Amino acid sequence: MVKICPKKLLDIMLAHIARGVTRASVLGQQATGGLIVSKRAYHEKVVDHYNNPRNVGSFDKNDPTVGTGLVGAPACGDVMKLQIKVDETSGQIVDACFKTFGCGSAIASSSVASDWIKGRPMDEAASIKNSDIARHLSLPPVKLHCSMLAEDAIKAAVKDYRQKKEKA
Amino acid sequence: MMKGVQMAGRPLYLDMQATSPVDPRVLDAMLPYYMDQFGNPHSRTHMYGWESDEAVEKAREQIAKLIGANAKEIIFTSGATEANNIAIKGVMHFYKEKKKHVITTQTEHKCVLDSCRHLQQEGFEVTYLPVRKDGLVDMDELKAAIRPDTGIISIMTVNNEIGVIQPMAEIGELCRKNKIFLHTDAAQAAGKIPINVDDMKVDLMSLSAHKIYGPKGVGALYMRRRPRVRVEAQMSGGGQERGIRSGTVPTPLAVGMGAACEIAMEEMKHDEKYIRELTDRLYKGITSQLDGVIVNGSMEHRYAGNLNLSFAYVEGESLLMGLKEVAVSSGSACTSASLEPSYVLRALGVEEDMAHTSIRFGIGRFTTKEEIDRAIELTVDQVQKLREMSPLWEMVQEGIDLKSIQWAQH
Repeated sequence: MVKICPKKLLDIMLAHIARGVTRASVLGQQATGGLIVSKRAYHEKVVDHYNNPRNVGSFDKNDPTVGTGLVGAPACGDVMKLQIKVDETSGQIVDACFKTFGCGSAIASSSVASDWIKGRPMDEAASIKNSDIARHLSLPPVKLHCSMLAEDAIKAAVKDYRQKKEKA
Repeated sequence: MMKGVQMAGRPLYLDMQATSPVDPRVLDAMLPYYMDQFGNPHSRTHMYGWESDEAVEKAREQIAKLIGANAKEIIFTSGATEANNIAIKGVMHFYKEKKKHVITTQTEHKCVLDSCRHLQQEGFEVTYLPVRKDGLVDMDELKAAIRPDTGIISIMTVNNEIGVIQPMAEIGELCRKNKIFLHTDAAQAAGKIPINVDDMKVDLMSLSAHKIYGPKGVGALYMRRRPRVRVEAQMSGGGQERGIRSGTVPTPLAVGMGAACEIAMEEMKHDEKYIRELTDRLYKGITSQLDGVIVNGSMEHRYAGNLNLSFAYVEGESLLMGLKEVAVSSGSACTSASLEPSYVLRALGVEEDMAHTSIRFGIGRFTTKEEIDRAIELTVDQVQKLREMSPLWEMVQEGIDLKSIQWAQH
């Protein structure tokens, strides 16, 4: 019967732990064995939008060419503010920006929305479906409501601009 | 890449309430019982059984010493969840002729709440006591809830989410006076704060090994002998553990739990001081650079290694996404399977929007100053970045009162 000395095994294990610790403490450097390749790549786009959000910012909401959509509620954990700058003659959205209080998927959904509506006529933008956003980000079922909120935000921004124009 | 995240090495671990790493000294103690001393402790006829049994009894003694009990009062289980089940369901089933009522709190661990729900379905009545804003039980409300047919009161010593310490001695006094059994889930408390079953006047106590640098898969139930607590066993079988919990006692795990308890007892003072220093450093480091940071639960009656913070105007899951180099958990809805925010935070009366913003930092024996400093750096960075992105933060900066807004509900 092979006798494995417990102490030797412990030494091996502790050395393994020590290697992992030293690797972790050298963050930013190339590590070979430490990276684990996962087949679940669906989160990539969401993480990308989170790390590099497009169009975060604010326009002056009193500007007559700006439409502001504010949807969601803090109690639900999701609030999106989407603003559009519209060219008065052509009715095209020339610029857009957003701010979001919500999970990574909510941030990504509103970031995607702000990107897609740029350069489009308002009617086209308002026809963007939440399913398109969800598919683009590969959102899991439990996060679909984030894309729905983004769709609502676009519609709300368009509605707000139109209402302002009517009043003026 | 895991979940779209690329990093060198592993995240730093600040989630000690979820579980803790096994202390190398505990592993040292356990290994012989996996290698050549692998006997079944219930084998009465040969040395393998005898030495295994000796090891289990030694572990039992070590656990008992930690809580000021007698070894005969310790029953090994598969964990604190099982111990809670035996305590609550076992006691009520045994005394069901005369006792029909259970009292517990709204901030208990899910296994306690679920056991109570199970009893409700069987026809028992349960009172789920609310807690105060600081997370502590209101003694007057507890007194008022007691009935002549109350069989057991179950209140956890240290809460796993917010770390508050309940006034167990006071509660114990009340239970003795009314001749009601007191059970406490001490999984997060034993080995971390001084515990004595006689000072606390508890009759049943649940313990977990993997919260105190022991192995996963083992826990213990303390059951008082004088005056005697009787339970109906939840596991049928060969009558091991005095007929209360059948099944082979897993010797290596039991030995691990015993060693963990002994180490915890010896190092409690040192650990407490060290952990408190780190927690203070973390708290001061974050609050000196950010405002709108709130501690959930009483600051005074709190276990130092649990820091549950809410960052206003920033949502929890998005913050966790940014803190990918730090392993922490959140009370936000998105991170739970349902879309409901943490029921513990809600029981504290935390507003729903703040419940979505909470992060729990768990600090332990092996946490280092460097890890804390890095956590501070990352947290402050991410919160600032998310606040730049937050419409709520923007509105507050403009002087708008968020409570005055009519939100477009879904």
